[in-house]
Amino acid sequence: MANGERQYDVIVVGGGNAGLVAALSARHVVDSVLLLERAPTWQRGGNSRHTRDIRYAHPAGEPFTTGEAYPVEELLDDLQKVGGGHNQEMANLIVEGSCGVAEFMTAHGVRWQDPLRGTLHLSRTNRFMLGGGKALVNSYYQTAESMGIHVEYEASVEDIVLDGSERVTGVVVERSGTRSFIGARSVVVTCGGFEANLDWLRRYWGDAVDNYVIRGTPYNDGRVLANLLDKGAATAGDPKGFHAVALDARSPKFDGGIATRLDAVPFGIAVNKHGQRFYDEGEDFWPKRYAIWGRLIAEQPDQLAYAFVDSRTIDCFLTSLYRPYEANTIGEVASMLGLDPEVVSSTVREFNASIVPGGTFDPGSLDSCHTADLTPTKSHWAVPIETPPFFGYPLRPGITFTYLGLAVDRCCRVQMSSGGAVENLFAAGEIMSGNILRSGYLAGFGLTIGTVFGQIAGTEAGRYAHG
Amino acid sequence: MSTDVKIPDQTFWQLEVCNACRYCEGYCAVFPALERKRRFSPDDVVYLANLCHDCRACFYACMYAPPHEFGVNIPKALAEVREQTYSQYALPRVVQNLAQRNASLLLIGGLVSLIGFGIVAVSSPLGLFTARQGPGAFYSVIPWLVMMVPALLLSLYAVGVMLAGAFAFARDIGARSNVTWRQALGAAGEAFSLRYLRGGTAGGCFYPTERTSNSRLLFHMLVFYGFISAFVATVIAAIMQDAFGLEPPYPILSPPVIFGSIGGIAMVVGATGLLALKRRSDRDPADGSSMNLDWLFLLSLNVVSITGMLLLILRETPLMGVLLVIHLATVLALYVSAPYGKFAHFLYRYAALIQNRIESR
Repeated sequence: MANGERQYDVIVVGGGNAGLVAALSARHVVDSVLLLERAPTWQRGGNSRHTRDIRYAHPAGEPFTTGEAYPVEELLDDLQKVGGGHNQEMANLIVEGSCGVAEFMTAHGVRWQDPLRGTLHLSRTNRFMLGGGKALVNSYYQTAESMGIHVEYEASVEDIVLDGSERVTGVVVERSGTRSFIGARSVVVTCGGFEANLDWLRRYWGDAVDNYVIRGTPYNDGRVLANLLDKGAATAGDPKGFHAVALDARSPKFDGGIATRLDAVPFGIAVNKHGQRFYDEGEDFWPKRYAIWGRLIAEQPDQLAYAFVDSRTIDCFLTSLYRPYEANTIGEVASMLGLDPEVVSSTVREFNASIVPGGTFDPGSLDSCHTADLTPTKSHWAVPIETPPFFGYPLRPGITFTYLGLAVDRCCRVQMSSGGAVENLFAAGEIMSGNILRSGYLAGFGLTIGTVFGQIAGTEAGRYAHG
Repeated sequence: MSTDVKIPDQTFWQLEVCNACRYCEGYCAVFPALERKRRFSPDDVVYLANLCHDCRACFYACMYAPPHEFGVNIPKALAEVREQTYSQYALPRVVQNLAQRNASLLLIGGLVSLIGFGIVAVSSPLGLFTARQGPGAFYSVIPWLVMMVPALLLSLYAVGVMLAGAFAFARDIGARSNVTWRQALGAAGEAFSLRYLRGGTAGGCFYPTERTSNSRLLFHMLVFYGFISAFVATVIAAIMQDAFGLEPPYPILSPPVIFGSIGGIAMVVGATGLLALKRRSDRDPADGSSMNLDWLFLLSLNVVSITGMLLLILRETPLMGVLLVIHLATVLALYVSAPYGKFAHFLYRYAALIQNRIESR
């Protein structure tokens, strides 16, 4: 060890859910663990701050879910349905591993919400953390502190230092303008994707990125991911892959989280900036529709869409953060939104005229209200937009996370594109979610990825360091 | 009628952020209650403010808390509204600076009573510094009528103002329509068990700091039940005196002294504990004006309890006269200030708990 150089058994880079789980797991094996968090204290926790629930396989009779079983086979099946599980070994690993996450979390201070409340219909498959993701993160930081894990904030890791291509020796960290090397017997990287790095996204999407909203932490700029890819780490996941939802166009560029969500589309129509409809608004339930509308809007001119509903359906969806534009005619609402009132009014007239009479409107089921001879069709919840006042919302795509990440083996060991692996470098969480998900998403599965692989990565890193 | 409490635009905004997020709905009654609305009226906000028990769980769990640009700080915003509730509903109204008025009432009430009782005591036949024993000892310092009449009048005044305020508040938030006994009793159960200081599945309040703790629940219980015990002692003493002609001081093992001592000790321990927690408490989720009211209330309760306990301990010594004068003065000061400070909170809370029961049936 050089003069004044700091040395730890395990360094964890990134203080979100996966990093905290890795640090806690490593601390069960070794004594000295350092957690480096890029954000200041108030914004610690990465995208985990914005999470709410975790999906996990469980038998019947569990507390904090509805009490019905969610078998391993069903979770695997759900994963495959959204296009995940292409890597069978990793899929089996996470599904099996999910059985133990609730126990781990409870043991490390996480508290749960009773299942009966809540607006989301996930209470059978998912457990809700009491207070959501920031409460989860706070509990873990408290537990980490009481277990003697060192935590440093506003610590930006600039370089993962490799000795050749097979072994990591430590990291270079920048804090308050000073760079220093910190040695480690093993390193776990848990610092997320690159969705907050607009220039990186711009490589694939051009200037459209200026119209994207980044829902989570502004700190996920992919700095460590890029650093490791430069050093020859193998990738998993589609570079262009991201998960996006539709949200209010007035949302802040970063860190708006869940409150910016807007689920108006199924209860009215959505048009693009030319006042034309472009997709079946009534295709499916939340959360599936929620997950596809981000992409759909990203494909529209200027990445904008506008949802119109009337007084009959305005109360069918959760209140939104920003008030809708409201007027007594569709044309006036369209003008407020900067759209051509004639075109939008005519789109609405055409939509209203195509509704097949006799349907029974039911927001709680795939109902019988649909259109005929209309392109695109609206297959459910098609009721005339005719009861003033009318309401309009502007929508943009909001990116949750990116899929491109580091390829790992079943010990979460980082793989090199030349073959082989870095024997003491591990990855968990969003930075390796591409090993599980290629596209699509299961609600609450991000935390499952972080918790299952965080435990594996932390434990393996601890074992390696322990020797 | 609707409330005259002025709600800042920022408070409405914060509640709308909460309603769009809903992550905190498992903590307490406030979030399920706000989820029942789509837009909030000032009446809704004063209701939510008094339903909030300031456990602060939501503040630490909130990813939109300052310095986030959404600036959500529900415990602070609702504490501001609560303070406004006390100032608007207790007649005569105070437009601003309730804490200052509360402090002045405490001081003036205390001083005036001190001087009044002091003059009476000094001019009593035995003088101020003579040790007295046996039945009627207290009344030989301050005659019964002089002691009773001001205390009775001021306590009736305090109860009247507090009840008038609570009923006006209950009307504004809707809690006076169709209340069933079941709802009133259910809400009373929540009040007497201090349900919302328990933090639900969180396992305690996030007070005085971010770690959950049951210390505030414990100290608040001591103050609450200590007060009830002292009240019971007073009622029993009144019965013993008026129905059985037994004059105080009462023997150490008599019911008034037992209940009074238990109550006094519990209040001193509880109020001192609460003061200590408050001193250490995180200021970020706190509202300054509300804190001032809390300080005043806890200090005055403590002074009343300590002087009462000293009076009991030293009642056979020459110091009894002085202590009696001081104790009576502090009691009167507490009465006169009660409707304009934290003392009255239990009535507004109870009305809000009833409204919560009505809404969630």
